[in-house]
Amino acid sequence: MVPIVQGLLGALTYRGSEGQWAWLLHRLSGIGVLLFLALHILDIFLLGLGPGVFDELLFIYKAPPFRVMEVFLIFGVLYHAINGIRIMIIDFWPQSTLVQRTLFRVELVIVAIIFIPAAIAMLAPIFRG
Amino acid sequence: MQVTLRIKRFNPEADTQSHFENYQVEVEPTDRVLDALQTVKWYQDGTLTLRRSCAHGICGSDAMLINGRNRLACKVLIRDLGNKIQIEPMRGFRVLKDLVVDMEPFFAKYRQVMPYLVNNDPVPQTERLQSPEEHERFEDTTKCILCAACTTACPSYWSNHEFLGPAAIVQGHRFIFDSRDQLKSERLAVLNDMTGVWRCRTIFNCVEACPRGIDVTKAIGEVKKAILFGKT
Ligand code: FES
Repeated sequence: MVPIVQGLLGALTYRGSEGQWAWLLHRLSGIGVLLFLALHILDIFLLGLGPGVFDELLFIYKAPPFRVMEVFLIFGVLYHAINGIRIMIIDFWPQSTLVQRTLFRVELVIVAIIFIPAAIAMLAPIFRG
Repeated sequence: MQVTLRIKRFNPEADTQSHFENYQVEVEPTDRVLDALQTVKWYQDGTLTLRRSCAHGICGSDAMLINGRNRLACKVLIRDLGNKIQIEPMRGFRVLKDLVVDMEPFFAKYRQVMPYLVNNDPVPQTERLQSPEEHERFEDTTKCILCAACTTACPSYWSNHEFLGPAAIVQGHRFIFDSRDQLKSERLAVLNDMTGVWRCRTIFNCVEACPRGIDVTKAIGEVKKAILFGKT
């Protein structure tokens, strides 16, 4: 098995605590954001084929399912960024490992405070029709 | 009380793959998992193979995966687990038989950090003195019993067996921050390698698994900082 997959699968079956889930989500959000970036590069590249093609394909981004995907994207970017800050805090102030659980909970609260209003704002147009 | 032990078995002479087997045992809630395993071995199935020595959480022989977490069988009480208990060997090492794994790669990494005091000063008449504050610096990491519970709970280790792993770093920390030691830069060089401290992703599974309550991630963080800023 590919080693990295071994690590990720291992984490799904080992009953670790906050730190393990934080790490797993960090990896998944990282991969998600990367895929989105690839898609974005691809669609900008299509511009080279002429404005017509580009405009044609824009409908994908306007479709409601894509909106929902974008909400995931916001979550991914937000979580990855804020969790990254938590990791930096832990790396530069090893003392903070003693309160790592609290750190993670605080992080989740911050993510929620930013994410929930953003998600509502993004999804509202779909429901308004 | 009656408990069901679901034990991962592997006999290298007969099996190509491991499999689970169930055993019913009668135990007290205050018994330890080790007692239950010994009841199986002594009265039900003598072929069950496991390591244990002190039975008191000191020798580090019986770390295993108990209900999905690395624990010492001699330190976990049955009442904290309920009546269904799943027991597997530690992950990431080759299984020799049943719950016994090949620890040699673990000790090879342990040796890499040179886990002994190096001091080339003339041998003093009395002890090499150290203030309580100087000792405090590495007190936590002296508690390690080399059971490997941390290393085999580490996702970074699962995905890269070259990684020295938390236990070896803890052992390195124990000497790097010892005021009497004179081999600090060599140890730091070993831990600054691709397979050293930078593979730690601060996942904290090691901290959670350590039966001695060592703050492993803190120790690793201190080593990272020592490498980065050149200060111990
Ligand atoms: S038997 Fe010695 S630590 Fe458990």
